[in-house]
Amino acid sequence: MKLSIQEVEHIAELARLRLTEAEKEKYSEQLSNILGYFEKLQSVDTSNVEPTSQVTGLTNIMREDAVIESGISDELVACSPEHSDGYVKIPKIFENK
Amino acid sequence: MKLNELTLIESFEGLRDKKFSSFEITKDCFDQIKKFDDKVKAYITLNEDDALARAKEIDQKIKSGESISPLAGIPMIVKDLFCTTGLKTTGASKILENYIPPFDATAVAKLKNEGAIILGKVNCDEFAMGGSTENSGFFPTHNPWDLERVPGGSSGGSAAALSADMGIYALGTDTGGSIREPASFCGISGLKVSYGRVSRYGVLAMTSSLDTIGPFGKTVEDIAVILKYMAGRDEKDSTTPDAPVDNYSEEIKKDIKGLKVGLPKEYFVDGMDESVREVVLGAAKKLEEMGAEVIDINLPHTDLAVAAYYIICPCEVSSNMARFDGIKYGFSQRDKNKDLLDIYLDSRANGFGAEVKRRIMIGTYALSAGYYDAYYKKAMQIRTLVRQDFDEAFKEVDVILTPVAPTPAYKLGEKIGDPLKMYLEDVFTIPASLAGICGLVVPAGFSNDLPVGIQLLGKRFDEKTILRTGHQYQLVTDWHKKKPLIK
Repeated sequence: MKLSIQEVEHIAELARLRLTEAEKEKYSEQLSNILGYFEKLQSVDTSNVEPTSQVTGLTNIMREDAVIESGISDELVACSPEHSDGYVKIPKIFENK
Repeated sequence: MKLNELTLIESFEGLRDKKFSSFEITKDCFDQIKKFDDKVKAYITLNEDDALARAKEIDQKIKSGESISPLAGIPMIVKDLFCTTGLKTTGASKILENYIPPFDATAVAKLKNEGAIILGKVNCDEFAMGGSTENSGFFPTHNPWDLERVPGGSSGGSAAALSADMGIYALGTDTGGSIREPASFCGISGLKVSYGRVSRYGVLAMTSSLDTIGPFGKTVEDIAVILKYMAGRDEKDSTTPDAPVDNYSEEIKKDIKGLKVGLPKEYFVDGMDESVREVVLGAAKKLEEMGAEVIDINLPHTDLAVAAYYIICPCEVSSNMARFDGIKYGFSQRDKNKDLLDIYLDSRANGFGAEVKRRIMIGTYALSAGYYDAYYKKAMQIRTLVRQDFDEAFKEVDVILTPVAPTPAYKLGEKIGDPLKMYLEDVFTIPASLAGICGLVVPAGFSNDLPVGIQLLGKRFDEKTILRTGHQYQLVTDWHKKKPLIK
């Protein structure tokens, strides 16, 4: 199982990572090794095994749908790299026509 | 004796009996940090002024005769993965290098309410991804027993700082072994709680279905005290069931006569260090002398656990790390001409380290169209098999005794170039993580002057039984009293 550079580039794009050429080379090799190790699972017959996604046994933990003030909304917005008037600032997404 | 060398219980008793002050303990801890931390490199951020001010406040309360909690005025070491109000929280990642959260993690808030004092925030593998603390975005931490060796990880800063007496107890996180392995490598006690026992709210998420929060202590007795205050339901973490919190400090006083201890043959594999095998078998013999019954058991799917874990973990990592986008908080690489996508790509490229990127890549691949059944679903099915192994075993035994890692602490740089080799270090800690059960590590011997711990696994939410076993063991052994001589 060998991941090509093109596949690495495709995954990086999906993951929103910009990789250098050296990183692409390195990950192509390392990811191939790691994925190769996963092959050992394919020989196990799991056709009648239910998947375990979590172990708490809890389902649908709800609280009342009511507004609760955090008391720190200004501080939270202030954590963002650019902000003004209580809003997080980002570059323009839509071009003016 | 300097006060930083005290256990939690000794500290509490001394404060209660007015033999010394919280200020004095806290001061001695910072003195120790200043003396040795340029060699150990455990701390990322010190909280000195605030800690000393809080210590004075607690001293005032003690003076005026207010009754105090067993944690009041006692300084703790906090892994830099826990959000702490007004105190930098980096996750040992460059992407959060200057992040100061305006809120506390629930575990921290609960301890602060009892009067706990934060000494500072300590190093770990970036976002807890790793087993040696070499993946920190800032610097590696060194093992106080041998500065050329790793302290284990990911909670390596917590374990190294505590074993070097740079604090009285420590907080860490354990997803696949991140409390247990460093506890073993650094010769201290550490508890991985059952999944859901302690709230994860405010702790930087890595693998949400596996992450747990727990204490390191100089003794198991200390851990019993700390856990009582950390455990329990939290409305802010919907995976914490409303299960009763035991009175651990009382429970551990009971002896272990008739306790059934399982010894799984799958945990004694070729290639493991002979001295590690001897330490575990020596501990089994000791437990027998104490009245326990040691029984051979089987956990047949053990060999599949690492592969399943290293699918599940990166899948959840790739999702959890998506929040770091250079927009909401943390490092952001932007200039006027850049569009939104460039901010994402550049901030993540320059903010994340190699292992984080690697796991994001594996997870993104495994979850991408066409691969879900072969990887993530398969891994979740293997997880069921591993869990069922433990369910079966715990019908026969109360506690399972195993090694913690195949070897004692290894040298810095020894495994860092080979990620797969590094992943295989977790072979004895990962199965319990997949099953969501609890595990306690206590020191049990040495190999060439390096500490070696044993792992005691217990049923879900049965922390009291492994803590009892560990405490009773520490009453008749003195491995936990050995201290490193930092050279």
